[in-house]
Amino acid sequence: MYRYDDFDAAFVAERNAQFRQQVARRIDGSLTEDEFKPLRLMNGLYLQLHAYMLRVAIPYGTLRSAQMRQLAYIAERWDKGYGHFTTRQNIQYNWPTLADVPDMLDALAEVEMHAIQTSGNTIRNVTADHFAGAAADEIADPRPVAEMIRQWSTDHPEFQFLPRKFKIAITGSPNDRAVTKAHDIGLRMVEQDGQPGFEVIVGGGLGRTPMIGKVIRDFLPREDLLPYLEAIVSVWNLLGRRDNKFKARIKITVHEHGIDAIRELVEARFNELRPAFTGEDQEILAQIEAAFAPPIFEDRPADTFDAAYHTDPVFRAWVDSNVSEHRAPGYAIAQISLKAHGATPGDASAEQMRVMADLAERYGHDQLRISHEQNVVLPHVHRADLPAVHAALKAHGLATANIGKISDIIACPGMDYCALATARSIPIAQQIATRFEDLKTEHEIGDLKIKISGCINACGHHHVGHIGILGLDRAGVENYQITLGGDHTETAALGQRTGPGFSADEIVPAIERIVDAYLDNRESDDERFIDTFRRLGMEPFKHALYDETGKARADAA
Amino acid sequence: MARPFTPKVVTGNALLEGDVIYLTEDDTWTRDLSQAEVLTDEAHAQVRLLEAQGRPSEIVGAYLADVRLDDDGPEPAHFREAFRRTGPSNYFHGKQAERA
Repeated sequence: MYRYDDFDAAFVAERNAQFRQQVARRIDGSLTEDEFKPLRLMNGLYLQLHAYMLRVAIPYGTLRSAQMRQLAYIAERWDKGYGHFTTRQNIQYNWPTLADVPDMLDALAEVEMHAIQTSGNTIRNVTADHFAGAAADEIADPRPVAEMIRQWSTDHPEFQFLPRKFKIAITGSPNDRAVTKAHDIGLRMVEQDGQPGFEVIVGGGLGRTPMIGKVIRDFLPREDLLPYLEAIVSVWNLLGRRDNKFKARIKITVHEHGIDAIRELVEARFNELRPAFTGEDQEILAQIEAAFAPPIFEDRPADTFDAAYHTDPVFRAWVDSNVSEHRAPGYAIAQISLKAHGATPGDASAEQMRVMADLAERYGHDQLRISHEQNVVLPHVHRADLPAVHAALKAHGLATANIGKISDIIACPGMDYCALATARSIPIAQQIATRFEDLKTEHEIGDLKIKISGCINACGHHHVGHIGILGLDRAGVENYQITLGGDHTETAALGQRTGPGFSADEIVPAIERIVDAYLDNRESDDERFIDTFRRLGMEPFKHALYDETGKARADAA
Repeated sequence: MARPFTPKVVTGNALLEGDVIYLTEDDTWTRDLSQAEVLTDEAHAQVRLLEAQGRPSEIVGAYLADVRLDDDGPEPAHFREAFRRTGPSNYFHGKQAERA
């Protein structure tokens, strides 16, 4: 894994020292809130409903065990003993006090972590496929490129006051697990005539105006990446709508000008910038790549796995839903669900963080990943060790066998924490998970992605959920709109609204009626919800939700 | 006839702790909505808001929040204010835990 060099360490230390002074000046009254707010946001510090919130970057979702242990320590020392993993591979602490934040940042720096550019109108934490370096379907590990982009974008003098935030995601696999088409820039590693490069997607995004990204370059040679990214961001930096916050994202710029006009401007700017990149970036990339060399995989028998798989149904269920194919023989990718039925999606206690760190150290080549689906991944586990890993997880409430299932819900913090929210998300996720656990139908239902946002900003990715739920404030009452047919993968699609929304009491029965309609209509047990929806469209689901007059049906139960 | 003025309280977040605070009649801050000064006159409410905003080393983001008047004092008029007064619904944290 990448380790900070002297420059990185000195830069983070200097930023932390600056921020410590800025906090002191805010507390002693020398800085007003208007002056302080952009400074704290640059360092990931928000003020939410009940307290400050510190958002810490987990670049490309990768952690060592020592880093996970430090996250646990910070949770216990300065927060309430837990952390919340987000859809952009960050961890959020919900309860710090202002005066403690500089110490928290120093504690992060001890393990080469920071909260820089996790907020504000800058290039945010670069996210990557959470199976990077392990996936069987991967062309190449995208993380060295992600690290290069992190270094390039951090404190980039031209890009500190952008029209709005800017998010980049990268995948090295044809199966897109990084939602690249819903980012300002999505990068997909591809090959052309044996040469490595990228398909560059621009202008995707969710929020109040959801857009699927458009291909601006179908093949960009690898060595052209940084000047091309710089060209895109600088074209947008000039064109982007600073007059209207809601029209400032690049998706609107691309939409208003058209992808062809943007492409022409970007290519022209790229031609100006390209000569300035004389190969130093590629030398740095080569050094970074060396740091991401894969672990030395062992060739040993997996008899213990086979025995446990055939005798222990609980283990077998966990393997079937939480374990994925690894590129190395004998190895597996194990996902740790942070979606125990009834728990808060994405939350882990300090104790659980330590358990996961210990397992990574003992069985997983010291590596952990955070997925945008708010789960944790052990990317390199030998199959022979899976029974021991599962037993340890089970003892700490971490062995829920539900990855990709109806209770593996993405939910934003919603109005339980967020100052922008218009309704709660977490209790809806908890109730849906608990309801289907009670019904014992989760595994019969199969793959189904529910994603919940508590406002139109769509942090919970509801537009790309197979079932999306959007919480709104309708005349002072929480109300939930449903969308169906969204897709977050390489076949990305935005969900369609079913019709009028549902109250907090009605939303779980409404989801149940949608699921019943799916079970009644699917052609076989193998036809996933999304496939049934694509085959039949909205009609059977609308019929399940609303009566002839378009009103929500009363719950028959 | 003008619409009747909805009663209000001055609220925001404490600078240091970040938690929800309300302005009281004697110009202190309280963590308890029932102790807040209830403002029933629009002009007076605006003055009190300006006074709160003039204390930037104590409060962040001061604003006027609607309340209903019950026998026990002010009650939040909107569910957002009810959550601010109570804390999150997924854990027993925040104001509800401090009161317990």
